[in-house]
Amino acid sequence: MALLTFDTVHKPRQSYASMAVLLAVMLIFPFVAAQFGNSWVRILDMALLYIMLALGLNIVVGFAGLLDLGYIAFFAVGAYLTGLFASPQFAALLESVVNYHPELQDAIVRTFGEDVRTNGIHLSVWFVVPLAGLVAALFGALLGAPTLKLRGDYLAIVTLGFGEIIRIFMNNLNDPINFTNGPQGINLIDPIRIFGVSLAGEAGSRATVYIGGFGMPSVNAYYFLFLLLCIVTIFMTSRLQHSRLGRAWVAIREDEIAAKAMGINTRNVKLLAFSMGASFGGVAGAMFAAFQGFVSPESFSLTESIAVLAMVVLGGIGHIPGVVMGGVLLAALPEVLRHVVEPAQQALFGKVVIEAEVLRQLLYGLAMVLIMLNRPAGLWPSPVKEDRPAAALAKEEKEESEA
Amino acid sequence: METFVQQILNGLVLGSMYALVALGYTMVYGVLNLINFAHGDVLMIGAMVGLSILKLLDGAFPGLPGGVQLAIAIVGAIPVTMLVNVLIERVAYRRLRNAPRLAPLITAIGVSILLQTFAMMIWGRSPLPFPQLLSSDPIMVGGAVISHTQVLLLVLAAAAMVGLVFLVEKTRMGRAMRAVAENPRVAGLMGVDSNRVIVATFAIGAALAAVAGVMWGANYASIQFAMGTVPGMKAFSAAVLGGIGNIYGAMIGGIVLGIIESLGAGYIGDLTGGFLGSHYQDIFAFIVLILVLTVRPSGIMGERVADRA
Repeated sequence: MALLTFDTVHKPRQSYASMAVLLAVMLIFPFVAAQFGNSWVRILDMALLYIMLALGLNIVVGFAGLLDLGYIAFFAVGAYLTGLFASPQFAALLESVVNYHPELQDAIVRTFGEDVRTNGIHLSVWFVVPLAGLVAALFGALLGAPTLKLRGDYLAIVTLGFGEIIRIFMNNLNDPINFTNGPQGINLIDPIRIFGVSLAGEAGSRATVYIGGFGMPSVNAYYFLFLLLCIVTIFMTSRLQHSRLGRAWVAIREDEIAAKAMGINTRNVKLLAFSMGASFGGVAGAMFAAFQGFVSPESFSLTESIAVLAMVVLGGIGHIPGVVMGGVLLAALPEVLRHVVEPAQQALFGKVVIEAEVLRQLLYGLAMVLIMLNRPAGLWPSPVKEDRPAAALAKEEKEESEA
Repeated sequence: METFVQQILNGLVLGSMYALVALGYTMVYGVLNLINFAHGDVLMIGAMVGLSILKLLDGAFPGLPGGVQLAIAIVGAIPVTMLVNVLIERVAYRRLRNAPRLAPLITAIGVSILLQTFAMMIWGRSPLPFPQLLSSDPIMVGGAVISHTQVLLLVLAAAAMVGLVFLVEKTRMGRAMRAVAENPRVAGLMGVDSNRVIVATFAIGAALAAVAGVMWGANYASIQFAMGTVPGMKAFSAAVLGGIGNIYGAMIGGIVLGIIESLGAGYIGDLTGGFLGSHYQDIFAFIVLILVLTVRPSGIMGERVADRA
C-alpha cells in the first residue's frame, strides 16, 4: 500500500493523487475487460454492489461497533421492494387481495388505473431507489429498537435471528396474500431507466446501451452507475465518520458507559447507526434487483450476511479504503478463481475436485479466522490509530510492548 | 385437546434436542464467557459421521438390528465430534482468550463456515437420506402419536442430562469446572489446570451435540451440511432463555423453547385467522430470544447479572 495512500489527514496531496489515479483506472477498466468478455465486467458489477453493502455494514460494525449478522435482510428489503413496485408482481398481489378485501383492490385500481390489474406497478427508478433506502432504514431502526440494550455476542445472535425472520417471511409471504411469490421469487423486474435510457438496452439492441450516439454493453452501463453510487457511498460514509455523529459512534464502540456519561444520547445514536447502515443496504438491494431482473430468497441467506461481514473484517474494520479492498478481494476473487481454478483442475485431474462455490466459502471462513488471529485490524488498517477499534489495536500494542 | 397433547409431545422431543445442544453453549459460556458459534455445526458433524458409520455397518454387517446400529453410530460419532470441538478450541479460541470481545466472536463465525465447507467437501451439498432404523409403528399416547425414535431420543436426552449433572456436581472434574466458571484466576491458584478444564468442557459439549445430531438425523430422516445453523441458533436461544452459563437453565430453557415452538406452530394458524401458517415455526425461537434479552437478560435460572446484556 505504499504507492497508494488514502490518508487525507497526514498526506493530503498524495492521497488525492491516488484517488485520481484509481478513478482513472476504474473508468478505463470496463473497456479493457470487455475485450475478454462481458462476464468479467459483470463480476465487477457485483463486486461494486458488495462494496456498497460492505460500506453500509462498516457503519454499523466498524464505526459503531455493533456486530450485525443480519445485514443482508436490508439488502433483501430493498430488492423485494423493487421487485414489488417495478414488475408485474403487483398484479399477482392484487389478485390475491381480492379474496380478502375486494374494496381495497377497487381502491388501488381506481388510483393507479385499470392497467395495474394486468401489468402491475412500474414505478420509476427515482421513486424506487429512495423508497428502498427509506424502508430499509425503517427496518434498521425496527431491528435496532429492541436490541438497544444488547452488546457483543447477544446482539450478534439477535441480528442473526432477525435476518432469518426476514428470510422466512420472504419464503412464505406468497399465501394467502402474494407479496413475495414465495420460493420462486419475483421475475421480470424492470431494468433501471435513467432519463429515458434503459440500462439493459432497448429491445432488439442486443443489450447495447446508446447514450448520445455512443454505444456500450449493458453491463458497462451498470458498471458506471454502480461506480458512481460507490463513490457517493464512500464520500458519504467518510464524511459521516468524521462528523459529530461519527465521533459519537466511535465513542460508543470504545466505551458505551463513558459515552453516555459524556452526554451522548446512546439510544438515538445507535438507532441512527442501524438505520443509516441499513439504508445503504436497501439502495444496493434495489440496484441488485434491477440489475438481475429477478429476486428470490436464495440470494439473501445467512451466508451472504457473513460474506459481507468477512469483507469488512478482512479489509480493516472501520477503515473505508480497507473495507473497499476487502469487498473487491472477497467479491471478485472467488469469481475470478471460478474462471481459473475449475478449468485448471479440469486440465490437471480431468475433473473438478473443489468446486468454485466451495472454494468461495473456504476463502470467507479462512479470511475471518486467519485475520482475527494474526491481524485483527485487517489487511489494510487505518493509518490513524484512533479510527481503529480498540479490539483490533490491543494485539498490536501487546506486540509492541513485547518487542 | 388431541392437538394439544400432540404438540406438547412434539415440543418435548424438539426441546430435548435443543437442550442437549444448549448445554454445549452454556457450558462453554460458563467457563470462557464465549459463545461458541460453531457449536451448531458440531451437531451437523455428529449427524454426518453417524450416517457414515451406518453406511459402513451396512456394508460390513448387514442385518444388524436397527437399535444396535443406531447405538454404534452414536458411540462412534462422539469421539469424532469431541476431537473436532477440542481442535476448534485449540486453533481458534485459545490464542484469543484475552482478546477483546469482537475477535473471538468473528473467529467463531469463521470456524462455523469452515466446518460447513469441510462437510460440503466430504459429504457433498445435497441433503442425504438418513435410514429409518427403529420400528416405524406409531405409539399412541392419549390420542397423540409418538415414534420409537422419538421415545429413544427422550430417553437418551434424559440419560445424558442426568449423567452431566452427576459429572458436574459429584466429580473432581465437575468441581474444577465450577471453580473455573466462578473465577479462573483463583481456580488456577488453587491448582486447577484451567486449560484441561476448558478442553474437557468443549469435549463434553461435543459429545452431547453428537447424540443430538445423530438423533436429529434419525428423527427427520434427512441431513445436510447447513443443517446445524438453525438448531444452533435455537439452542442458543434456549440457553439464553434458561439463563446462560447455568446447566439447569439450559435444560429447562431447551424444553420450554421446544414446547413454545410446537404449540406456536400448532396454533399460529388459528391465532392469525389463517394468515400465517405453520411454516412460520422457526420465528418463535427468535421472538423468544429478543423478548428474554430485553425483559429478563439473566433468563429463567440465571441469578448472575448478565453484564454484557
